Amino acid sequence: MQSELSLAPLTAGEIDAIRADFPALSQEVNGYPLAYLDSGATAQRPASVLDAERYFLEHDNSAVHRGAHTLAGLATEAFEDARETVARFVGARASEIVWTSNATDGLNLLAYSMGNASLGRGGDAARRFALGVGDEILVTEAEHHANLIPWQELAARTGATLRYIPVNDDGIFTADDAASLISERTRVLAFAHVSNVTGYVAPVTELVALARGVGALVVLDACQSAPHRPLDFAAMDVDFAVFSGHKMLGPTGIGVLYGREELLNALPPFRTGGSMITTVTMEAADYMPAPQRFEAGTQPVSQAIALAAAIRYLEGVGMTRIQQHEEQIAERLVRELSAIDGVRVVGPAADIRRSGLASFDVAGVHAHDVGQYLDVRGIAVRVGHHCAQPLHRRLGLTATTRASAYLYTTDGEVDRLLESLPEVRGYFGVA
Amino acid sequence: MSDPLAGLYQELILDHAKRRVGDGVLEHFDGSHYERNPTCGDEVTVQIAFEPGSDRIAALGWQGNGCSISMASASVLAELAPGMTVTELRSTIDTFREMLRSRGAGEPDEEVLGDAIAFHGVSKFVMRVKCAMLAWVATEATLPR
Repeated sequence: MQSELSLAPLTAGEIDAIRADFPALSQEVNGYPLAYLDSGATAQRPASVLDAERYFLEHDNSAVHRGAHTLAGLATEAFEDARETVARFVGARASEIVWTSNATDGLNLLAYSMGNASLGRGGDAARRFALGVGDEILVTEAEHHANLIPWQELAARTGATLRYIPVNDDGIFTADDAASLISERTRVLAFAHVSNVTGYVAPVTELVALARGVGALVVLDACQSAPHRPLDFAAMDVDFAVFSGHKMLGPTGIGVLYGREELLNALPPFRTGGSMITTVTMEAADYMPAPQRFEAGTQPVSQAIALAAAIRYLEGVGMTRIQQHEEQIAERLVRELSAIDGVRVVGPAADIRRSGLASFDVAGVHAHDVGQYLDVRGIAVRVGHHCAQPLHRRLGLTATTRASAYLYTTDGEVDRLLESLPEVRGYFGVA
Repeated sequence: MSDPLAGLYQELILDHAKRRVGDGVLEHFDGSHYERNPTCGDEVTVQIAFEPGSDRIAALGWQGNGCSISMASASVLAELAPGMTVTELRSTIDTFREMLRSRGAGEPDEEVLGDAIAFHGVSKFVMRVKCAMLAWVATEATLPR
């Protein structure tokens, strides 16, 4: 628990000190100091994370969970310590943390494992995951494709029906919208904790209560929340959750699938092979308990260790303070972007709290052109549909420009975005 | 200070992005193709019409949504293509593609490309080459083998 004192917002001096830890942030891009407003896509990494991975590779690198030599022992210890660190960070037990390559991989792992259960694999214990005709999977219209397409495919393979909670003109939905769609037929409720497009924070408590009322499994896409706010999956009472290392100061190629222990141990594996078995004959195999039963083959060991270093860095600053800092930036982005002529911010109204990002449309100018205009001024933003085509279609847009913040984002960087944007429509001849 | 984007957004490109020459569905056409850039969602549908009994292009029509580069390049092509034979248009598309892959090297061939040389600067912005190619790739797909 953090003390009262440490809950003060990050000061400008603290942010400067944080920025000094991130080598990539001190460079010039196109002749300007980099203003990196694309952490929602991938975050920059502090030297301590880069050093942790390098240290491991220069000293303890070897195969984990096999071999009897000294380095194998050190590597295994560091690898499992990393799992403990991640578990503590999200209010879980180490046995509930499955390494994946990223959140997309975690959701596919879950959907394919459920597909295997639907084919009868895993026996009686896995029956609760088996889907068929008449069963429903419920998602929202705002989902990232990673939390949509694996469910579309699972529905197509099993005969289940995929339904979605529609969003309103702002791209958000309420628990009431969910209540009218959830029923005894609903077997899975999957949704993003924080939308990667709107920054909207889903009403998790209410949604979990609805799912519990009908016995549906709750799958939380925590990609945009785990890096930015304190999380406790056990307290939130979700059944499964996923997130990615590279969005939280860690490496690419490492992610996490969280699952309640009894669920993971009842779920049949998806990928099979080495390291996930107990006894193997030419006809069949018995599987290890979770998490190993989902970790076939050589794992991303140095990446897992570096992710733990990233988490230690985040904990050193304090997740509550990071959240406060980013919400302040989000509040300012929404207020001041909306005041620019021709700019429409999508997502919740200014008086509804949102996570540290804002996506917007500049009337008459394609997002790609907006992004290019900002890029030559050293301002890095994301442009496109942000892997959420259905949401953009619902908003009547093909693409938006997104500015996303992190613990190292300064007011000065936001100033530069806000100063450049009013010029854009004039440049492209639409104002 | 000079415009750092001038190499990319030539006046001619910004002008074509607004004028959109050829925007609209042709009443009669011989071939049509839809092309999409999945990374940004830009899309264009091209229709091509030949002169009766000939392989000479009579008109190019298109409809699309996208950035100024993709829309302007569709517009420039719609202005350029009529009057060319299929072979000439194929060759022009190849020359355009080569120019866009040049990473800013060389001098574009104005004899062949006409106004389309304005897209030479796009070749230095590798992320935007696909934008400039969109309508040209769609048009290529409408041509008889």
